[in-house]
Amino acid sequence: MFRWFAQTLAVTGLSIRSLPQRAGPSLVAVVGITGVVVTFVAVLSIAEGFNAAMANAGSADTAIVMRGGSNAELNSALELDSTRIIEDAPGVRRGDSGPMASAELFVIVNVPKKSTGTDANVPLRGIQAAAFDVRQEVQLVEGRRFAAGTNEIIVGRSASNQFAGLELGQTQRWGENAWTVVGIFEADGTISESEIWCDAAVLQPAYRRGSTFQSVMARLDSPETFQAFKDALTTDPRLDVQVERETDYYSSQSSMVRGIITGIGTVIAVLMGIGAVFGAVNTMYNAVATRTREIATLRALGFGGSSVVVSVLVESAFLAALGGVIGGALAYAAFHGYQTATMNFQTFSQVAFAFTVTPMLLVQGAMYALAMGLVGGLFPAVRAARLPIVTALREL
Amino acid sequence: MSDAPESLVQVRNLHKVFRRGSERIDVLQGVNLDLAQGEYLSLMGPSGSGKTTLLNLIGGLDTPSDGSVTVSGDRIDKMSGGKLSRWRSRHIGFVFQLYNLLPVLTAERNVDLPLLLSPLSRAQRKKHVATALAMVGLSDRAKHYPRQLSGGQEQRVGIARAIVTDPTLLLCDEPTGDLDRRSGDEILELLQALNKEHGKAIIMVTHDARAAERASRTLYLDKGMLVNEGVDA
Ligand SMILES: Nc1ncnc2c1ncn2[C@@H]1O[C@H](COP(=O)(O)OP(=O)(O)OP(=O)(O)O)[C@@H](O)[C@H]1O
Ligand SMILES: [Mg+2]
Repeated sequence: MFRWFAQTLAVTGLSIRSLPQRAGPSLVAVVGITGVVVTFVAVLSIAEGFNAAMANAGSADTAIVMRGGSNAELNSALELDSTRIIEDAPGVRRGDSGPMASAELFVIVNVPKKSTGTDANVPLRGIQAAAFDVRQEVQLVEGRRFAAGTNEIIVGRSASNQFAGLELGQTQRWGENAWTVVGIFEADGTISESEIWCDAAVLQPAYRRGSTFQSVMARLDSPETFQAFKDALTTDPRLDVQVERETDYYSSQSSMVRGIITGIGTVIAVLMGIGAVFGAVNTMYNAVATRTREIATLRALGFGGSSVVVSVLVESAFLAALGGVIGGALAYAAFHGYQTATMNFQTFSQVAFAFTVTPMLLVQGAMYALAMGLVGGLFPAVRAARLPIVTALREL
Repeated sequence: MSDAPESLVQVRNLHKVFRRGSERIDVLQGVNLDLAQGEYLSLMGPSGSGKTTLLNLIGGLDTPSDGSVTVSGDRIDKMSGGKLSRWRSRHIGFVFQLYNLLPVLTAERNVDLPLLLSPLSRAQRKKHVATALAMVGLSDRAKHYPRQLSGGQEQRVGIARAIVTDPTLLLCDEPTGDLDRRSGDEILELLQALNKEHGKAIIMVTHDARAAERASRTLYLDKGMLVNEGVDA
């Protein structure tokens, strides 16, 4: 066993040492696999980034209340009376100015993207003053909060970066109203940063919503009081509502987009991977062909077929790993932190996020590369081991 | 034909058939051969007569279509796969016409290769390699790569690699075929010395009658059969 290992190590060492003589074809395989890994990591980093933006969204001690069965804010409607009952429910944290609960509604407005100039959907959310107590992560970084009862808006940092005309002091016309940006806010990179906020009391008449809202965001005494809060509301005969933790709500909201991106990414990576595997197969057949006499000589000296198999597989895996590492590094350098926005199909609005190349993704990319290398090396390796020694020795 | 106990190689009624598509080539048609311990046999014959084929069968690189090959008591026609590989590494030293050195290894690393298949320690291997290189007169070229050596020197490294494991039998397929006369003669001297001074049994295929003369016996292969033209030394 030990001798087999030493023997295999020697044969493998030989194949690696003679790699420079096969630099050209080897490079082809490396480049092919690099391309796949770059794509694989880049596409999945979109899903990761989106995921991070959504997972970041919400805190465990915040609840979102919507009409029963509505599943998304967009489909929900709550009457003023209902929002009052919700605000006074047990478990809602109370501050100096009353319960920390904000009845909210939102509409979708069209804003041109800075990058392409085409219109995109951005949520314009009407909030109550308590919203700043509910979402404590929100910090104004420029300007000030909107004044109650005015057409002033504040804009999330990502939205301001992504879309045109949303900088401090600029004015936008949506519907029959002109809205002026008086502040820019950050919210720890959460989904709020993709939104535009205004006074709910102004938004309701502007979009003829009467006195209805779509949701109530409530900050609870603690994450543990959620169940009591939920039970109180769902058993109240005057209400027909669904109550979710904000964290759960956003993660369920993102699941579809995440699924689509991951799905597309996987399909692309697999298709490209098949191409790269053929490239690797070709390269390794080539390598085996070039080394035919060398392999036959080793076999004539008594080296075993299994050592030859391993050496070809290792060489292939080595080239693939090289492609994997280069691909991962390129993807990281080119895409990590790249800001973009995508449609969240469940809310039909834009979510801004950054491509996020996580260490896990890099590991996955490297594993994928390795798998491509091993698959690509398999048939050439078997051919190398099956090489009839006498005919191979005849070849010059 | 006697099955003399001292005979190292016994080939009996050996047949080898190659098929190329529907074509059937009967290369060896009942070859019988005995090689004594310490004997130096040269094998001649026209191109395509099957000399290499016979050598490969005796060296366990190929398996016969029919008949038997016994080398130092082992029926190698009955062996296959890994067992045959291991047998080769212990019993046979091959010397190739085109040397077949590995270009990425120095002379000493080339010579060391077959020892990787032996249970020797690193230090023991080093000693064996040094001895083998000294025997072929290339101690001062140990660190050279094949491309830094002349053809004759390359072949001497090839011979060192073949003898480093102290094999039972040395099989040389046209060892001087690619060398000029002077280098060729040096190689032939070397083989002769290995045979005379170290008692190595050798079978050498050659086209060169002058080379064949160095052997203790010459056999001719013709139309798939061995013919003894009686040039026994
Ligand atoms: N693997 C093979 N498949 C098919 N035919 C083969 C194979 N090996 C050898 N032959 C054929 O067998 C015959 C004998 O070949 P071999 O190499 O043994 O001859 P040789 O006497 O060594 O010739 P040379 O002097 O040219 O080296 C040739 O006709 C050759 O074409
Ligand atoms: Mg031949």
